Amino acid sequence: MGSAHVRRAVALGVPLVLAILFPLLVNNPYLVSVAVSAYVTAIAVYGLNVMLGYTGQLSLAHAGFYGIGGYTVGILTSDYGFSFWLALPIALAFTSLLGHLIGLAALRTRHDYFAIFTLAVGVMIVIVIERWESLTGGTDGLIGIPAPGSIGPLSFTSLNSQYYLALAFLVFTIYVVWSLMHSLVGRTFLAVRNSEELARAVGIDAGRTHQLSFVISAALAALGGGLYAAFSGSIGPDVGDVPMTFNMLVYLMIGGVASLPGPLVGTILIMGLMQALQAFQEYTLMILGPILILVVVFFPGGLAGQGKVLFERLTRREADQ
Amino acid sequence: MSGAATLRVEQLGMSFGGLKAVDQVDLEVPAGKITAIIGPNGAGKTTFFNVVAGFYAPTAGRVLIDDEDVSGLPPHKVARLGVARTFQTTQLFPAASVLDNVIVGRRLHTRSNVFDAVLRSRRHRREEAESRENALEALEFTGARDLADVLVANISQEARKRVAVALALATEPRVLLLDEPAAGINPHETEGLTALIRSVAVERGVTVCLVEHKMRMVMDLADHVAVLNYGKKIAEGPPAKIRSDPKVIDAYLGADHDA
Repeated sequence: MGSAHVRRAVALGVPLVLAILFPLLVNNPYLVSVAVSAYVTAIAVYGLNVMLGYTGQLSLAHAGFYGIGGYTVGILTSDYGFSFWLALPIALAFTSLLGHLIGLAALRTRHDYFAIFTLAVGVMIVIVIERWESLTGGTDGLIGIPAPGSIGPLSFTSLNSQYYLALAFLVFTIYVVWSLMHSLVGRTFLAVRNSEELARAVGIDAGRTHQLSFVISAALAALGGGLYAAFSGSIGPDVGDVPMTFNMLVYLMIGGVASLPGPLVGTILIMGLMQALQAFQEYTLMILGPILILVVVFFPGGLAGQGKVLFERLTRREADQ
Repeated sequence: MSGAATLRVEQLGMSFGGLKAVDQVDLEVPAGKITAIIGPNGAGKTTFFNVVAGFYAPTAGRVLIDDEDVSGLPPHKVARLGVARTFQTTQLFPAASVLDNVIVGRRLHTRSNVFDAVLRSRRHRREEAESRENALEALEFTGARDLADVLVANISQEARKRVAVALALATEPRVLLLDEPAAGINPHETEGLTALIRSVAVERGVTVCLVEHKMRMVMDLADHVAVLNYGKKIAEGPPAKIRSDPKVIDAYLGADHDA
């Protein structure tokens, strides 16, 4: 039992310490800013995983919710002078409510039909953002979104402070998803994904479970989007567009669907890789496509799933010696 | 909510387009007894279960649990009123442990929500512990306690049948519907399962209604047998009487056999 605890402490502690030391270790603002966008995106990818990994439905409106969260924070802070710390919870509540209303219709379908329905929703969200110029700035987007305001002595105007804020929200997100999946509610999610028929037969309201999962997923997308808007200072319609959903889906599949580290691993690796290969920007999909295929064929559990196997093998050998 | 309940259907009908899968069936499944529903393939047995458990809303007639009309309620509500069921092909979650599978059956007795989960509230901790205990107790009863921590993917077909029964029992049903509980297991294992089903009725005081093709098991186990053919009930009575009923023999062997 002791070695299991040690293993868990290592699996949690080492990445966390590395993440905390990262800005000091690299001492490179460009890399820190890449990490900030990766963390913020990863928060939304965790939301996608709640839906796809734990209740088994693929929502292609996910970037739409990311965009709505971002625009809500952007509009409230830049046009109406709200504090970021008030705008962010409002963005979460608003996006959750919207997710709930969309879910009422979308969740009458399942699987492929649900994906297609939410794809249409995703397209509509972008159209609304682009056409509602007076509110959203249309295709030009919003600029001049202020950075998160100070909390007491903590100010979030420097890059490193934003990095730690993004990290704190990421850790919070991972905790929420972990505690959810290790709870009676999370077991309900998995039961519904496994067999909706059996879940209903043992008294689980499958419709409500999907609805809850969709709302949580939308809320996490909004959290990521809200942070994105405040950190980057601007937001445009492409942030909430369908290709962004597919990017997130690729991060998730490469990292590992239904795995706790999966969204983070996939997002960091692929966003990092895309930055490193910026010279070949037109060919990113040609590079990502084969990677995705290789991962799906050889590591169906994603890289995090494969990493877990390796990690357990390594630590077990050490523990045995 | 505990204690056996009587399941009664009145003039029950379920049509799919022109096909009457269940047609004007009247049946009483007495409380605390074991009732078997038999009939040739396609006789409407599984459809009958699906209607009783709320998976289909009946197109005619009523389903009553202790005189409470449950017809047309969705399955999770029927389950909350005390009707549990198992499926022909077990649908357990192979990637989770046996215990984790069975704990899901306790969900209808718990109230913890997302906030309890994230805040690790006292209610959540209490309900989690109670669910675990109750699930282990259900596993103990079905003789699968030793397998609690094993992944379902790694247990035998027979063990899965027992775990499926434990999952159904974890909901604390008043009526248990078993759809071919002994399909795909050998005669020796079937005997063990027969004993388990009998103890569900006798020791737990749960009303049992099963669909089964293994005649020996049915004759051995059931207090009462109903026979369906083409959606209609063609006979009903104690096993000994059913065995010699000419209408039943006709249904199984074809009406021409004595011509």
